[in-house]
Amino acid sequence: MTNENLIQYLYGIADNSLILGQRLGELCGHGPTLETDIALTNISLDLFGQVRSYFQYLAELSKDDLTEDDLAFLRKEREYKNLLLVEQPNTDFAYIIVRQYFFDVFHYMLLEKLQDSKNVNLQGIAKKSIKEVAYHQRFSGDWLLRLGDGTEESKQKVQQAVSDLWVFTDELFHVTKDDEAVIKAGHGVDVRLLKDDYYAKITNQLKQATLEVPETKYFQKGGKQGIHSEHMGYILADMQFMQRAYPDMKW
Amino acid sequence: MNKNWPLWEVFVRSKNGLEHRHFGSLRAADAEMALNNARDVYTRRSEGVSIWVVESKNIKASNPEHNGELFEPAADKAYRHPTFYNLPDDIEHM
Repeated sequence: MTNENLIQYLYGIADNSLILGQRLGELCGHGPTLETDIALTNISLDLFGQVRSYFQYLAELSKDDLTEDDLAFLRKEREYKNLLLVEQPNTDFAYIIVRQYFFDVFHYMLLEKLQDSKNVNLQGIAKKSIKEVAYHQRFSGDWLLRLGDGTEESKQKVQQAVSDLWVFTDELFHVTKDDEAVIKAGHGVDVRLLKDDYYAKITNQLKQATLEVPETKYFQKGGKQGIHSEHMGYILADMQFMQRAYPDMKW
Repeated sequence: MNKNWPLWEVFVRSKNGLEHRHFGSLRAADAEMALNNARDVYTRRSEGVSIWVVESKNIKASNPEHNGELFEPAADKAYRHPTFYNLPDDIEHM
């Protein structure tokens, strides 16, 4: 495992939290109710906190004199390695919940295993983050049940979101060459081994929510290689504006 | 149909307190959601270690119009307060 392998592996994990955190941050002041607004922005802040831990570690690993802000705000689109799932838009509350649930279940399983990493930094971050993610999963899973087994309208909307976002779930279990090296060294988690448990778990939850499990065999991919959907440019434009307009600005 | 979720009152026990104190209110569809919401709205700065929620309609409140008969009679009964004892100097923290 080279230093560069580990760096790319870390981006693959941290960028998910960064971009999903940014997406949830867009909802600040717009949540459907005061209570869900605060809940979703709390989750956003949890994710940003986790990103900072990863990026501080990444900054240490990088040869150049980079800071966590450089990593978050000054990379180009192709250099972000997040999954396509997390960059999908806040179409409506059903999409927000389904996107969150699909990610949370995966995130929890990943952190569970990452706690056993040979890399003490990753071990530490995973141990700290997993309690937060346990709550995220509880929140989104609970809402999935409510919307699915709710009114006719909520059911129709959440079923639509499930069908549309399902195609992004397979990518959660893709492994890049960098990942492979890091897994072999015992520092990373082989996400391929989580796949069966993951689908068993979300299928069960969807059934409980009286929703249909999509049968599509066609899945989207690309985010892990830095090839993103049309939404990514807009997210970055929003997110990077301040650092690009006022380089090195501090709060 | 009322489109608003019912109102709930939130009681939180803080780290250094023994009793649950009233923190405020919020809206939620049921008790489980009320607990989750209370966690997010009222304990995000680590204020608490335990939460109670109760639907506001289940609280019976005294009528302010009856304040005269309920509370005023106590106002001129100073002898009900233990303020007429001479405390020995050696007793501290009183």
